Amino acid sequence: MLNLIVRRVAIAIPTLLIILVISFLLMHAAPGGPFTSEKPLPPQVLANIEAKYGLDQPIYKQMINYTVGILTEFDFGPSFKYKDRTVNEIIAQGFPVTMTYGVWSFIVAVFFGIPLGLIAALRQNTKTDYFAVSFSITASVLPNFVMAPLLILVFTLWLGLLPGGGWNDGSWQNLVLPVIALSTSYTAELTRLTRASLLEVLRSNYIRTARAKGLPERTVILRHALKPAMLPVITYLGPMFVGLITGSFIIDSIFSTGGMGYFFVNSALNRDYSVMLGITLLAGGLVVLFNLIVDLAYGWLDPQIRY
Amino acid sequence: MIDLTAKKKLNLDDFDLSSGDEMKGRSLWVDARIRYAKNKMASICLFVLILICIFSIFGNFFAAFSIEEIDWAVLGMTYEKGYPSLETGHYFGTDEMGRDLYARVVQGSRISLAVGFIGAIISTFVGTIYGAISGYIGGRVDGLMMRIVDILIAIPFMFVLILFLVVFGRSILMIFVGIALFSWLGMARVARGQTMTLKNKEFIEAARATGVSQFTIVIRHIVPNLLGIVIVYGSLMIPGFIMAESFISFLGLGVQEPNTSWGALISEGAGTMTYGTIWQLAFPLFFFTVTMFCFYFIGDGLRDAFDPKDR
Repeated sequence: MLNLIVRRVAIAIPTLLIILVISFLLMHAAPGGPFTSEKPLPPQVLANIEAKYGLDQPIYKQMINYTVGILTEFDFGPSFKYKDRTVNEIIAQGFPVTMTYGVWSFIVAVFFGIPLGLIAALRQNTKTDYFAVSFSITASVLPNFVMAPLLILVFTLWLGLLPGGGWNDGSWQNLVLPVIALSTSYTAELTRLTRASLLEVLRSNYIRTARAKGLPERTVILRHALKPAMLPVITYLGPMFVGLITGSFIIDSIFSTGGMGYFFVNSALNRDYSVMLGITLLAGGLVVLFNLIVDLAYGWLDPQIRY
Repeated sequence: MIDLTAKKKLNLDDFDLSSGDEMKGRSLWVDARIRYAKNKMASICLFVLILICIFSIFGNFFAAFSIEEIDWAVLGMTYEKGYPSLETGHYFGTDEMGRDLYARVVQGSRISLAVGFIGAIISTFVGTIYGAISGYIGGRVDGLMMRIVDILIAIPFMFVLILFLVVFGRSILMIFVGIALFSWLGMARVARGQTMTLKNKEFIEAARATGVSQFTIVIRHIVPNLLGIVIVYGSLMIPGFIMAESFISFLGLGVQEPNTSWGALISEGAGTMTYGTIWQLAFPLFFFTVTMFCFYFIGDGLRDAFDPKDR
């Protein structure tokens, strides 16, 4: 187990470094510095500002300073556009929002997708199964940027039941539509995966053996089939988490919830490089962390895996 | 009984060896085509997709307006006058700026489909070669090449792609480059896995024994045998590319005006649906969803057609 963790971390560190280097270099290769505006600043002022943000130093020094700042004080530096705000403040404002509906969507997808897939596999070729399959096909062609406007159209404009935007400190009315929009395609994918995986396991030899020795169907499924059937599903949870984070771009831009996605897209449109860099790194770190958790769960679920 | 004998006789006639005819062998491709054609849903979807492609290529010949022409009679009164109608020539209505939506949907379909197909071609090409080389050489080189893939695949690519677009300017070319940079990774893994099972087969050994160079073995003997699985995987990737492009264009970070794509059109339609101009959302959404649907079933049909498990 320790070996596994060491190996995974050994992959994670270069991953984060590459994200850091790529983003950092891209940021500096960009035409026009962060302070280029329509009204050009006097050169003296520009030099002062650049000195303040450390932009006058050689690029490798800037990168080292930046990395050290993150590692020692979790400091992502100042925003280049909003003079009075740091990237930390922006993350502190956006991150809780993104996490709230991200976690809810995760829960919804897992608690609807997996059971639906299991039931569909256990009752293959029944009406329940057909429902599950057609749901998963339909939902998988409806990504969040299609779901979101459709939901607003139906529930806000036509039925007038739920607010079509805003955050309102995360009250449930404001959460429902973002969570549905974000979780639907993942629920569908989980349903499809779980169903396919359990069907394959149920056809395997050891399940036939378990049935042949007279175990009740219940025990066969709960004790023998469920755990191996969950393996591909667990693998999917890592990419799913990435999707939930990036999905927040859409959610924030349609529902104006004010999460990280809002700030990322805004900073992309405003060329606020430091905010982009900070959010990219944070997301990269989260993704790496989550992949590690998934790998660990995998090692625990599948005793055949020895790293 | 009678039927059986009749059938048997017919078979014997087929195998009439005296004439010197050989029974024609069925290649993997013919086999796959027959199995694909048996899948009704997949065949229908292929037909519909071809229709959509034709629409995107030739649709503009029927458009009464260009993509950037503003119909001044409609501007400002989109809801009252810009609705879809055959008489005004705006078959799909107009957008908020009085531009013909039909022409814009044609243009959007072009860009979105191009992103899907070109993305798939590039990533299939790069990924297959990379995976085949890595799997064939094996050992330390393989270890290193696959660690690189492991590292790159863990990067949340949407963030880097947006960063890319912001730094190098938003253009459809940058979207191609950005998507191509990250999309070959999955294909490389698939191709490598398949190569590992192929490389110890007799025909590879025979090639090696006759002194064929390593590079030629990979290109001439390994890669053609990967094509089945590569086509299946590639077809499953196309909707992902289209979605990625639409996602970015939806956020306003993708294609530049006056060009457009499904994502950008859906975004515009979603922004104006409160005014009741529902067609601005409906038409692009229809094309997007139907295409996604088709790719889903085509990929499924191809998998069944090429999957040796079912044989």
